[in-house]
Amino acid sequence: MIPTWVQLAYLLAAVCFIVALKGLSSPRTARRGNLIGAVGALLATVVVFWERDIDHVLPILVAIAVGSVAGVAGAQRVQMTQMPQLVALFNGVGGGAAALVALLELAELGEVASLGEVAEFDLAATAFTVLIGSLSFSGSLVTFAKLQELMTTRPVLFPGLPVAFGGSLLAAIALSVLLVVNPALWPGVVVAVLGLVVGVLLVLPVGGADVPIVISLLNAFTGLSVAAGGYVLGNTLLLVAGTLVGAAGTFLTRLMATAMGRSLANTLFGALKGGSTLGAGEASDRPVKSTAPEDVAILLGYAQRVLVVPGYGLAVAQAQHTLRELVDVLTERGVQVDYAIHPVAGRMPGHMNVLLAEAQVPYEQLKEMDEINGEFKEADVVLVVGANDVVNPAARTTPGAPIYGMPILNADEARQVVFMKRSMRPGFAGIENELLFEPQTTLLFGDAKQTMSKLLNAVKAL
Amino acid sequence: MDSAISAEVVWLTIFILSVFVGVEVISKVSSTLHTPLMSGANAIHGVILVGAVLVTGSAESAAALVVGLIAVVLATVNMVGGFVVTDRMLQMFGGRRREQPADSAGGRSGSTKATRQ
Repeated sequence: MIPTWVQLAYLLAAVCFIVALKGLSSPRTARRGNLIGAVGALLATVVVFWERDIDHVLPILVAIAVGSVAGVAGAQRVQMTQMPQLVALFNGVGGGAAALVALLELAELGEVASLGEVAEFDLAATAFTVLIGSLSFSGSLVTFAKLQELMTTRPVLFPGLPVAFGGSLLAAIALSVLLVVNPALWPGVVVAVLGLVVGVLLVLPVGGADVPIVISLLNAFTGLSVAAGGYVLGNTLLLVAGTLVGAAGTFLTRLMATAMGRSLANTLFGALKGGSTLGAGEASDRPVKSTAPEDVAILLGYAQRVLVVPGYGLAVAQAQHTLRELVDVLTERGVQVDYAIHPVAGRMPGHMNVLLAEAQVPYEQLKEMDEINGEFKEADVVLVVGANDVVNPAARTTPGAPIYGMPILNADEARQVVFMKRSMRPGFAGIENELLFEPQTTLLFGDAKQTMSKLLNAVKAL
Repeated sequence: MDSAISAEVVWLTIFILSVFVGVEVISKVSSTLHTPLMSGANAIHGVILVGAVLVTGSAESAAALVVGLIAVVLATVNMVGGFVVTDRMLQMFGGRRREQPADSAGGRSGSTKATRQ
């Protein structure tokens, strides 16, 4: 029997998690919410040592110390641009931990089972935890590799992928049933391996631009596997916390998919239907108009209304501070400048807001898409810095394109469009942008930071 | 206590209610907070650490102990790293709303960035 005070402490921790999620959904309370969540987690981690007799306390404490150092180091060191893949990685290791916990529990249940005292439902929940946990682990690692560009960001397809995916999933379910009927460790291990395979096959066909949605989905999966693990261990806190994350994560996944104009099914399986074949993934050699920083400086310096569309390339080049300076100088000259922020600019919804906040761009200058989209046709110049897919008209015009249906910024309605780009390589979605070849468009090639500095000096010299 | 409700139904009740709470508490989130919210939720499922400690604490073989300790490390990375990185993201959101304190917060993030580079 778990001591009552321990159970009450778990309840308190669960309440902390609920308050944390509530706090995180509003800008004013977000930071406090996160802190409350951390307090709840700390409370649970301390109290667990009194739940029942815990052996090996010293090695466990050492392991917790190692994990804490690794976690803090990773979280502190990461560049804000690389944060999405770090979240994916954290999610993956959480899923891996859940799968390992369930396997260990299975080894114990297997021994008890010979006495014929194990409920089938316990075993089913164990199998579920192993399968979903390992799926989340390997799937998250693949998303990490995609975001870190250790592998291609384009959908990876090979003949027989759907068959391999379906086959592995069915085999995993069949073995789970076997495990329930005849409890033993080995089917559990095989389920774990199959879970790893299913996770990889699930994420491979997902195109780069859709990866954030998949991270969110895998996050929800890990939550559910933690919840099932909680049931197996008879721990209400794990059940509540895991279910909260599972439910909130699923809902959040839907919100994100809607913000990108995608359905979840389309995100996961769109590539299988051949929807992404348009993606060339290579630099185009069609003719474009390129220009020099001095010309752009004149264009910007004598404009009345300028809109800046920042993208991931801006952050990669760490040019957001120089951009802010440029905007400050233009504002002093009397030019009205705003940033047009696409909801999924960067690599995740809200990522660009974080990056620009880091550069201390005033909040009032950040305009969300719905707010600003009507103003593009009155803009003299739109300066697109390191963005591509979020202004690609193919989202409106080309039904086969992987981003078709995604709401975009109406940069093509402005009088002049200036793209600052490193090269003619397409954006994360891997498709060509027609806007680059339009008559009102000019391109300023080069590293965003260097070009931005030149542009800044040229504007100052006007 | 010999109640008329079966344990399974109690568990199911907790599960179903948690689903509704989970959806309800985040239903009004603005799109700018999607990333921190995902990251925070991610940190919360790091509470699997509790489960990892429980199974490791009852490990009877060396192999089980090793696997358990690996699970403890992974779960701690998830939990601790998750909360820290979420706080780092939100620190930047907080900094720009208040005009004056923004300087101190901005200065801090600026200096850590300089060391990172």
